[in-house]
Amino acid sequence: MNTLSTDLTHITSEAQYNEILKTQENVMICCGRMGPMCIPVYGEMEELESEYTNVKFYDMLFDLPDAHVIRNLKECSGFMGIPFTIYYKNGQVVKATSSIQSRKQITEILNEKFGK
Amino acid sequence: MENKNFDIIIIGGGPAGLTAGIYLSRAKVNVLIVNEGISGGQMVLTHQIANYPGFENISGYALSKTMEKQAKAFGCNILSNVNLTKVSLNNEIKKVEINSKDIYTSKAVIIATGGKSRELGVIGEKDFAGKGVSYCATCDGDFFQNKEIFVVGGGNSALEEAVSLTQYASKVTIIHEFDYFQANNHAIEEAKKNSKIDFILNSTITGFYGEESLKRATVKNLKTGEEIDKNIDGVFIFIGYVPQSEFFKEQITTNSRREIIVDKNLTTNIPGVFAAGDVIEKRYRQITTAVSDGTVAALNAIEFIQK
Ligand SMILES: Cc1cc2nc3c(=O)[nH]c(=O)nc-3n(C[C@H](O)[C@H](O)[C@H](O)COP(=O)(O)OP(=O)(O)OC[C@H]3O[C@@H](n4cnc5c(N)ncnc54)[C@H](O)[C@@H]3O)c2cc1C
Repeated sequence: MNTLSTDLTHITSEAQYNEILKTQENVMICCGRMGPMCIPVYGEMEELESEYTNVKFYDMLFDLPDAHVIRNLKECSGFMGIPFTIYYKNGQVVKATSSIQSRKQITEILNEKFGK
Repeated sequence: MENKNFDIIIIGGGPAGLTAGIYLSRAKVNVLIVNEGISGGQMVLTHQIANYPGFENISGYALSKTMEKQAKAFGCNILSNVNLTKVSLNNEIKKVEINSKDIYTSKAVIIATGGKSRELGVIGEKDFAGKGVSYCATCDGDFFQNKEIFVVGGGNSALEEAVSLTQYASKVTIIHEFDYFQANNHAIEEAKKNSKIDFILNSTITGFYGEESLKRATVKNLKTGEEIDKNIDGVFIFIGYVPQSEFFKEQITTNSRREIIVDKNLTTNIPGVFAAGDVIEKRYRQITTAVSDGTVAALNAIEFIQK
């Protein structure tokens, strides 16, 4: 298995990740497993996708070797809980969170960093 | 959603609420489920379910999706990820306000808001969640390879998860507020015979400290009042659950544990208001019992609106 079973677009390689960050302005990536703390975040993202058309939503399997691009981000250095959720503007990390997040927490970040 | 008047509104979309939704919509009752989270409730937090009859083993996510699909197929309306802002239950027509703007009405309401993990409620707990403080061993255990961790709690979850965490951690110390455990004997024996597990009893954690991630916790002896500072990399908290009845407390009668009091028909103190699942006063909180409550509440609610 190299993708998560969600309805989000999956990132499966470092090359795809780099291409997305190069070409997309506002990006949210949730990197996790199909576990209890991760699934609710994917669920929120699936529903927010149609509401925030200015943001591209992706997931990435935490255990993929290429997921080192997220696991090793300096913004995630203190993280000890999955999923790692990263928000990028023009390829730069503008916010990173670890573990489960509520819809309120996610939308606050989306509104603050990307607007609607 | 254009139509705002329903026969029955269900608050909560876990197994109790979804089951009620299936029964009601199948009986051609005009029903709406309003749910704060995504459909499935605590089931979504459950990695593998092995005790739900009909499925040898199923992920909580898959079971949630199936129940939701089944309810929708019968015509059940579901609003997920909404914020319940007001309820008025005392009158014949019940009103439920969502996101501070939309008001939905119904002749009966079923409260199926379930429960959530209890937090310690101490300094630093929120700041270090996901950065050393965790409520899920299967999710975060592998971040603590060869590290020392605490497990807080004395019930089955705490003791069983402490044993499972020894596959990663170099040492696991169980911190528990009493000098006896509420877990069953098997769980206690398994924890006691594990050479990586230690115990600090009659104690609790009073604070979490660190920088980027958790580095220290203060542990207080509840008998002597003595407080000590311990260097620690991770703390897993399993101290039970709280019923989500707070929102209804002005109108609905609860017991001292905040569980909603119901009669055998799952009626609350208000006619036309039923409650089901983990939020009610009962002994066993499982998916099977939530599903059973959802059925009973739905059938009694149908009888109520047809009177
Ligand atoms: C980690 C874990 C593992 C478990 N494993 C098992 C198992 O293997 N087998 C088993 O049988 N049981 C298991 N359980 C227990 C089981 O999940 C619960 O007993 C069951 O989900 C309770 O169902 P419920 O519908 O009453 O409530 P919940 O599942 O808690 O659902 C309640 C829903 O109501 C929503 N809600 C809450 N407040 C509001 C509000 N104000 N407005 C709108 N919506 C609201 C919540 O967001 C949630 O979606 C487990 C529980 C946990 C936490």
